[in-house]
This record gives sequence, structure tokens and C-alpha cells, in this order.
Amino acid sequence: MIKNPFLRTFSLGVKSLLLHKLRSGLTTLGMLFGVASVVAMLAIGEGASKEAQDQIKQLGSNNIILRSVKPLEESNSNQSTRVSVYGLTDGDFARIVDTYPWAEDVVPVRILQQEVRFGERSLNPRVLATTAKYQSVTGRPMLEGRFLTESDEETVSNVCVLDYEIARYLFPFRSPINERIKIGADYFLVVGVMLPRVPIGEANQAAPGEEVTGEVILPASTGRKWFGDMQVKIRAGSRDMEQVDLHEIIVGVDSSENVPAAAAAAREMLDRTHRERDYEIVVPLELLLREQATKRIFKIVLASIAGISLLVGGIGIMNVMLATVTERTREIGVRRALGAKKRHIVMQFLVETIVLSVGGGVLGIALGLTIPEVVAAYTDMQPVVTPAAPILAFAISVGTGLLFGMYPAWRAANMDPVEALRHE
Amino acid sequence: MAEEKSKAMNVSLEATAKAAADTRAVAEFRNVSRIYRMGDNEVHALDDVSCRFNAGDYWAIMGSSGSGKSTMLNLLGCIDRPTNGEYYVSGTAVSTLNDDDLSELRGRHIGFIFQSFNLIPQLNVLENILVPRFYLEDPGIGLVERARDIAERVGLGSRTDHRPRELSGGQQQRVAIARALINDPSLLLADEATGNLDTQTTEEILELFDELHSDGMTILLVTHEEEVGKRAEQVMRLKDGAIESVAYNRPTIQR
Ligand SMILES: Nc1ncnc2c1ncn2[C@@H]1O[C@H](COP(=O)(O)OP(=O)(O)O)[C@@H](O)[C@H]1O
Ligand SMILES: [Mg+2]
Repeated sequence: MIKNPFLRTFSLGVKSLLLHKLRSGLTTLGMLFGVASVVAMLAIGEGASKEAQDQIKQLGSNNIILRSVKPLEESNSNQSTRVSVYGLTDGDFARIVDTYPWAEDVVPVRILQQEVRFGERSLNPRVLATTAKYQSVTGRPMLEGRFLTESDEETVSNVCVLDYEIARYLFPFRSPINERIKIGADYFLVVGVMLPRVPIGEANQAAPGEEVTGEVILPASTGRKWFGDMQVKIRAGSRDMEQVDLHEIIVGVDSSENVPAAAAAAREMLDRTHRERDYEIVVPLELLLREQATKRIFKIVLASIAGISLLVGGIGIMNVMLATVTERTREIGVRRALGAKKRHIVMQFLVETIVLSVGGGVLGIALGLTIPEVVAAYTDMQPVVTPAAPILAFAISVGTGLLFGMYPAWRAANMDPVEALRHE
Repeated sequence: MAEEKSKAMNVSLEATAKAAADTRAVAEFRNVSRIYRMGDNEVHALDDVSCRFNAGDYWAIMGSSGSGKSTMLNLLGCIDRPTNGEYYVSGTAVSTLNDDDLSELRGRHIGFIFQSFNLIPQLNVLENILVPRFYLEDPGIGLVERARDIAERVGLGSRTDHRPRELSGGQQQRVAIARALINDPSLLLADEATGNLDTQTTEEILELFDELHSDGMTILLVTHEEEVGKRAEQVMRLKDGAIESVAYNRPTIQR
């Protein structure tokens, strides 16, 4: 015999629910799936959003990236040899360096199309000609060796830094440091290997068919010395010549508060100096904010879906409890005759409802925590379970029980005892 | 009140009004009516009834079906309120009590026994017996021992772990009687308590009532069976919601 009144009510609730195992089980299922979907969707949503945010953060949230974009070609140009001149210029670079006080680091990047070879193995990666500040602005750590330095730039050294994947491809079994690789027609000393990074956005995706992603980085001065300003692309029957001063200018802004102003100023400046739109401006911070806004909308949508599924679960519970109350009308009458106050009856049925909803809720949390594991194991998505999600789900299931149990319990308590006793 | 129980055997309708302040009265109706309204129709289930029941009495309330027996018992048990008139339980006017007070009063002073036993199916015998106890503000201690004692007293023996559906009708009614006794009520109300039982079992239950009566319990038994009515000391006959007659079955036993 249980002495504690609450535990006794709880045990009575469980016993009463066990009188109709199938019905109670099915009702619990409704709640279970509602709560499980909330927990799982939260985790998957959180994971998807985190992935996007991580990618943006890798661009550097304090950076503004200016990129050269080839303008649309005129359709009637049928010459076999064309020279297109477009994009960011050395003049743009100098203006930014001279004009904008918040531009802490301004890093020029040229992208060269060159074959990279070591012994039998060769690749056509993006070869970046840039300055020593490229590393600090992108925040990319070294795996081994060192990055380019100012003196490499000044002395126009034939040195280069490899991305991890390229290093692994060219040197499968040993360290590439102090080896010489061939870029184009010349030899370069490998001085460092960078940690891999997740591929970013649409703008610099790897070319189709290219298996190894990553870059080879060499000093800007060296790049200009060996590879000049002109890039030649040979396609079927035609030669495309491109002359682009700088493919990218990465501007490291001193603080994130200045990023929007800097972005606006850069837009305004380029708009003024370029006749064509042969550039684009990527502001990771703006992307981040947009992503966060998307996440907020996503959360609202999620909350609505969760709300609907819990509403369905809650209505299921209420339905069953109303049936239970009707079915047990006589029991209610008997209890009232034996001295039960209205609040005793309310408690009895409310506890029963909460046992149903919380039982379903707890099982739902368990299932909801399992789904992200399965998703993580079978897809390359990485759901993130925040501790708030199960707590929230638990609170919601208690709340649902209370909300939807209130009316049936109130109905039970307010039955006329005489009528209830006459009920068959 | 216990001392008074043994002598409280002489009641007459005429004396009722005068003896209003008499503390021996466990229950007293003064001009009580219970009217059911169904649309334009009014059913006077009880019509201006005055009577009183003293401590230690053993009454049978009889009458044909629809005469108002159950209505009277519901009022006596405080699960219903009079439409007109006043009902006093141990001197307290029921009209002054709110719903919670009435529940507390039922729990403390009234023991209900129903025709269809009305045990709670999900609880075992012991738990069923203790149901009224747990609705009291202070259930007290030693409850299980108390429940076992009462189970023993009503002849249930040690079958206290069984669920109601594992018991015979007679045994179920014994559980219901034990449940009605757990809070030491001042009034035991039984509505057709033997109506669902065979002759043999009816006899056993009636013997139990006899025992309880000789221990001083006040018992009001609603029945339409003459055989059952004969076991009580006094018989009140109702007809169309009014008292038709009151009679003694046998001389008052002086103890
Ligand atoms: N809830 C009710 N609504 C309407 N009429 C009722 C109700 N309860 C009882 N009555 C009527 O009151 C009268 C007395 O009923 P009742 O006390 O149950 O009689 P008994 O128990 O003697 O058979 C009957 O005419 C019955 O139809
Ligand atoms: Mg009746």
C-alpha cells in the first residue's frame, strides 16, 4: 500500500491505463511520434544550419571577397582567337589599400591555370599567386612547414605551399617539404602543407571531373614573373585568351561592425570604376546573417510542424480521456459518494493523461535521439542534438498532457454524483 | 455519541419536530422535497417529508418502484440536495455546506453500500477498502492493519490481494461493506444491497448487518423485498414521494 498521495494517484493512473493496454498504447504512439519528430527535426535542422554556417565562417566572417567574373560574351564573336580583358585591376587593389582605413589586410589573388607535376603524377589544380597575408586573412592553419613570407615575395622565390589533398596525391608516401615540384615549366620548392578545408560555395567549386580538390599557392611576384598576365585556354578549334589582373581581392576588415560599411563602400567604388559588371562581391558576414535568418524561419516552420503533430497527439489523448471518463462515470460517482472532492477527481484523470503524454514523450525523445544517429551513420549530414531539444520535448509533453487533460478531468469532476451512480 | 447509541430506539414522526435539537438524531429531514424538472413536467420524487433517524437505529425503507426510496437515500447520503426544506446531519444543516464540505461529510459520516457493489476494478480488495480513507484530509496511520481487521470482521478472511472480478457477488458485497466501514461512519446507507444476491448470500449479508447493528451502527436499508425489510427494527413505507407508514417490526431491545 503506497502512503504518498501523489505516488498512489500515479499508481492508480497506471493501473487504470493498463485496463486498456491497446488503447493506451496507441494513444501513447501518437504522442511518441509527435515528440520524436520534434527532437529529430530540431537535430537535423540544427545540423544543416551549422554546416552552412561553418562553411561561411571558413570564408572569414570579417572578410569581404571581391571576385572577377567574366561578363557575358557577345554572341557574334566567331573569331578563332579572342582576347577578353576584364575583372579586378591592380588599380582597384591600390585604391582599396590607399583609401579604406578599416582595410586591415588587403590580399590580391591570381588564379593560374597550370599543370602541377611531380615525377609521374600530375594535376591541374587552381594555382594561386598571392601574398603572405593570405593565410592570416583566411585563417587556414598549416599542417607542416611554413606559409609564404614577405621575403619570398620580395626575392621572387620559387617556393610554393600545397593543400593537404594535393600533397597527398603528389607525395602519397612521404612529406613533400623541401621537394621540388614542377608548375608549368619551372620547378618550385615546397615549403609547407596546409590543413584541408571544406569546399566552399558555388563560386570556387572544383571543375567537373577533377578528383583532387585544393590549391597550390605561390608568391604573387613569382606568379607574375613566370606566368605573366595572359592566360590562354585552348578549346576545340579556338583559343581563348584572358587577361585578368586579379581574380580575387580579399579584404580583411578590422572589426565585424565595419563589415557592412566596408561592403557598401567597396560596392560603391567598384560600381564607379568598372563600366561592366565584371566582378562580384561576397560578404560572408551577410551570408551568415542571411543563413541565420533562414534558420529562424526554419525554426518557425519546424515549430509549426511540431505544434501540429503535438496538437494531433494531444487531441488523440483528449479523445481517449473523454472516452475513459464516460466509461468510468460510475467509478467517478462511487468515488464522489465515498468522499472524493472535485480536485481529487481532477487529479486522478489529469495524472492519467500526463502518464500517457509523458510516457509517449519519453519514448519519443528516445526515438528522436536515435533518428539523428541513424541519419549521421547513413548520410553525410551531421545532425546536432542540443541539450535543449529533449528538455523542450519533455516540457512540451507535460504541457500537452495538462492542456488536453484539463477538460476531460474537469468534466469528470463536475459530474453530478447521483447521475454518475445511475450510469450503466 | 457512542453512549447514546444504545438507547436511541424510540422514534416517532410526531416527536420529530419537537426533538429537533436532540443530539441523538443522526439524520433529520424537515419538510424536505426533491423535485425533478423535466421540461414542463415536475416530478415530486419526495414531497414535503419530515422524519428523523437516531443513532443506533436499524431502518428498512420500503415502497414500490418509483416511490422515492433512492431519492431519499441520496439525500441522506449527501450526494444530492433537497429542492426545498432542510436536512440536518448530526445537527449540521446541509444547505450551509459547499461541495468540498459535503465530500468531507460523506467521507467521515456516511458509508454507502450499493446494489451492484461498485468496487473499483483496477484495485485489489485491500485498496478498495481503503479508498474512502485516502480522501480524508488526514488518513492517519496503521491503515493496512485497520483494513485487514475490517476485512476479517466482514468475513473476507485473507482474500485481500484479489481483484474484485476474482470474487463472488457475496464476497464483493462484503468488500463494499468493509469499505463503507473503514472511516467509522455514523450512518450506513444501503440501496438494495442484496438485490443482486441469491437467497443464501442475502441471508449472510443480512446477518452481517444484524451484527453491525448490535455493535451500535446506525443502518438504513432501502429494499422492496419484504423478507429483507423484516430484518430491520423499523420500517418506513414510502408512496409517491411521501411517508405512507412507519412501523416497528419487533419490540425495542433494551441493552
Ligand atoms: N434524475 C431524475 N430525473 C427525473 N426523474 C427522476 C430522477 N431520479 C428519479 N426520478 C423520479 O423520481 C421518482 C422516484 O425515484 P426513485 O427515488 O429512484 O424511486 P425508487 O428508488 O423508490 O424506485 C420516480 O418517479 C423517478 O422517475
Ligand atoms: Mg431505487
